[in-house]
Amino acid sequence: MDDPEIITEFLIESNENLTRLEQEIVELEQRPSDPVLLASIFRTIHTVKGTCGFLAFSNLEGVTHIAENILSQLRNGERSLTPQLTSLVLETMDVIKKELASIEATSKESGDSYEDLKRRLNLVSSAARSGEECPQLDTAKTLGSSSERQPRSIESSSVALPARGQGAEESDAGLSLAGPTPEAEKLAGPRGGSIADSTIRVDVGLLDKLMNLVGELVLARNHVLQFNSRQEDAALNGTAQRLNLITTQLQEGVMKTRMQPIGVVWNKLPRVVRDLAASCGKQIQLDMDGAETELDKSIIEAIKDPLTHIVRNCCDHGIESPGERLRNGKPSQGRLLLRAYHEGGQVNIEITDDGAGISIARVKQKALERGLLRPEQVERLSEREAVNLVFLPGFSTAEKVSSISGRGVGMDVVKTNIEKIGGVVDLTSRPGKGTTVKIKIPLTLAIIPGLVVNSGHERFIIPQVSLLELLRLEGEAARKQIERIHGTPVYRRRGKLLPIAYLNEVLRLPAADAEAEALNIVVLQAEDRQFGLVVDAINDTQEIVVKPLGKQLKGISSYAGATIMGDGRVALILDVLGIGQLSGVLSESREQTRAEAAKGDPAHEERQTFLLFRAGKFERLAVPLSLVARLEEFPSSRIERASGKMVVQYRDQILQLTLLSSALEPGESIAETVSDPAQVIVFSEGDRMAGLIVDQILDIHDEAIRIGKKGERPGLSGSAVIGGKVTDFLDLHEVLAADESWSSASPPQAGPCSTVLVADGSAFSRGQIRNYLELAGHPVLEAANQSDALDKLDRNRISAVVTSRNLPSGGGKQLVGQMRMRAGSVRIPVVILCDSTKELNARDAGEFDAYVERFDRTGLLDSLGKLSIVLEAAELGKNVLTPA
Amino acid sequence: MTTNETSNLGRGVADRPRQYSTFSVDNLFFGIEVLKVQELLRYLDMTRVPLAPDVIEGLINLRGQIVTAVDMRRRLGLKKRLPDETPMNIVVRSDDGAVSLLVDEIGDVLEVGSDSYEPVPESVPQAHRELILGVHKLEGRMLLVLDTERVLQTNVAA
Repeated sequence: MDDPEIITEFLIESNENLTRLEQEIVELEQRPSDPVLLASIFRTIHTVKGTCGFLAFSNLEGVTHIAENILSQLRNGERSLTPQLTSLVLETMDVIKKELASIEATSKESGDSYEDLKRRLNLVSSAARSGEECPQLDTAKTLGSSSERQPRSIESSSVALPARGQGAEESDAGLSLAGPTPEAEKLAGPRGGSIADSTIRVDVGLLDKLMNLVGELVLARNHVLQFNSRQEDAALNGTAQRLNLITTQLQEGVMKTRMQPIGVVWNKLPRVVRDLAASCGKQIQLDMDGAETELDKSIIEAIKDPLTHIVRNCCDHGIESPGERLRNGKPSQGRLLLRAYHEGGQVNIEITDDGAGISIARVKQKALERGLLRPEQVERLSEREAVNLVFLPGFSTAEKVSSISGRGVGMDVVKTNIEKIGGVVDLTSRPGKGTTVKIKIPLTLAIIPGLVVNSGHERFIIPQVSLLELLRLEGEAARKQIERIHGTPVYRRRGKLLPIAYLNEVLRLPAADAEAEALNIVVLQAEDRQFGLVVDAINDTQEIVVKPLGKQLKGISSYAGATIMGDGRVALILDVLGIGQLSGVLSESREQTRAEAAKGDPAHEERQTFLLFRAGKFERLAVPLSLVARLEEFPSSRIERASGKMVVQYRDQILQLTLLSSALEPGESIAETVSDPAQVIVFSEGDRMAGLIVDQILDIHDEAIRIGKKGERPGLSGSAVIGGKVTDFLDLHEVLAADESWSSASPPQAGPCSTVLVADGSAFSRGQIRNYLELAGHPVLEAANQSDALDKLDRNRISAVVTSRNLPSGGGKQLVGQMRMRAGSVRIPVVILCDSTKELNARDAGEFDAYVERFDRTGLLDSLGKLSIVLEAAELGKNVLTPA
Repeated sequence: MTTNETSNLGRGVADRPRQYSTFSVDNLFFGIEVLKVQELLRYLDMTRVPLAPDVIEGLINLRGQIVTAVDMRRRLGLKKRLPDETPMNIVVRSDDGAVSLLVDEIGDVLEVGSDSYEPVPESVPQAHRELILGVHKLEGRMLLVLDTERVLQTNVAA
């Protein structure tokens, strides 16, 4: 067992933590109510305590536990910091340091139980709290008096937890207190200075620097080699070869210094799990898969604590006691599985338990109790969102505060730490079945194998993880086997159609020579879909070090990063998912990524699909296809007249028809000019329907458009260039206003048809949202920038705001910030339109009341419906259900 | 490869004059505060970034560090550089690591007193004005003080 190693690590880490803690506590005296500082201090001491706990340094744990109690009270605002309190906490630090020194020297605790200090700490601690809330107080008192030979973690003596087997206890005791074990003797043996003998801790910054220097050396070497190839000197030749060899080895060596298998962290977990299981009276089997997955050192460091926290949580809350498990028909032994693997250019770590899962009801209830959310917010939470509430600071569903968990640190620490390195944590849970925590860490800095390809005279790298196979179509076959469906290239791959994208087209690079003798297709996998990417040439695979792109380029979805190639040039690493989406091959989220791709252009371009048609004098009109229900042809014989309107019997209903040409130019009565059969665009929304007679349906066009001017003409909302021609946009709301059956019918989200403010930087986007909302019966106000929005909020009664990131200046985020500071608008719900899934996923921040994709009409109306009900309820003080 | 020895230049900072690393872009004379400049380099091989904003010329390998190069001609909306004119790199420090500015020619480090300083006249087109902190009126020419943060900030693909 690697106990000495663990203890060494523990000592180093705790000393570091203590140093930081001291600084922070002194800082805290200056700013006693700084919540960030308090939270940080609390986490640090929690970590120290935790480590003491699982190394069975019970004395240390006891002292830190009480100190933590006091800090906890501070954090919760139950007391304020006094100089006496600070001194007491600092005194505790000194004691901890003394104990650490003792452990380092003799590998056991000093034996002093610090009764006096504990007594004073307890006194202070209980002064603020009433006794019955904290059973651990009693525990702490008994700790000192309990036998020194019997290390017990606090919870084992506190409440209703099964006692541990005596055998296990003895072996534990060996480590901490029961006199020198062989390891302990080794540690305690003659030693010159401090702990580290065979290893040294090296600053990662130094490694970075070394890495860069090696990079430069590689460049110099390349130059020398180039130079050498022009010389005939044998001596130089030999030297150059040698230089080459050494450089390569040095490069490999330095790279290796930064990489570690994740097993380094995992190795400590069996012990943690074992001790926890023993102390909670549970049986837990720990399995690991993929321990060899290599991660950059800095990432390893960063995930160490979060991983331990998660594993502890799984053992403590997740897995049930053997009795309960048997009752639920599970084997008495719980299972904890750790998996690590590279996928989609990321390192994934999964921690899965087969325990009780997370009770959503309890999570919600807890969120309410702790005042983390308002009741109406809780109502709206999806299951997934609810489960992820456990990541909020100060959240814990543990019924009792134990020394393992239940204080509401932990999961938020996990999240903060993982996000610090650009990772994502996700929690899924099935009640009764278990919980999975999935951590995704970007491969930044990780070394990955990649395939080097050429396209448009540039070199790119495709991460090998996304690669399925390579295809080469020669000569005639190349032309024949790529077939087109409606202009979209596909390839029959073993009987299945594989969508094809051309890399040079996606990246807008010049095409390769038309006479190329072969077509190279790289078959890629993005998420669960496959597509073929045509490149000019396929080179070799290489191990590459991924480096992040500067912030100027982060917005481009087609790249995952960049790397430096052997010749010293930079090459871009393709983001397979991004390429697939950009090319339209992965269509699901096409619209949003296109909108994202267009973001580079300040003129607010957005892609959308439009139905183009002709009516009267208007040669080219457009409506967004998303609004259109059907296209129909009615023979003129079917069109009837009822109270002066044209109607048609359609699907057991009466569909009123509006002649668009006369609606746009009311002066001219040209009812006779309706062609036979009449071309009708049917719009429907909920129960209501409306038909619009046009002269001819022209086309469906998918295009990034730029609204040229706002329309001055009634019935038109503006014009833009679509498919190279100027096209007018129909203002449906105005055109259909004359149709009573439409305008008088209750819109589907009837509810409170309240005014919505659309605050968005793009006129086009505003127009679209306006269309959506007005069709649903919401009066709409528009604002083009923040001050405009705030001004309109002040002057109108507005019941919801729809905004997006592109609102000048500062985006929706700043707007919401401003709104929340104004009394008048503090409670108005705000919906944010997201341009990317990334944005959608960032909803944890919670500034906004709802997150909707930009062109997701139903989603928008749904959330507005829900929000307005909530708002109404809040205003009336009673629970209004959907009035429709 | 010229590297600015900031330690040399650091002397005499006590009195007000400031030191600027100067360069020219299409006959305009610019200065960046010397402390913001990491180093000056001749033209380096560059990797183009397809789909990137126009002002991004490419990526360069600066001793193992990947640095984005911003073409100051395009950033300032000036006329295009001729093919035979190779730009120089001014590598500046930013919050997000080093970024290189591509300029026509690199000049000396000048020490300028605050008495010659004046804000940019309103009549200068907005696009230019927002990238310039102010003007030092020197003999025979104007030294435009570049707002590097602004230069790097606004071209973020937003």
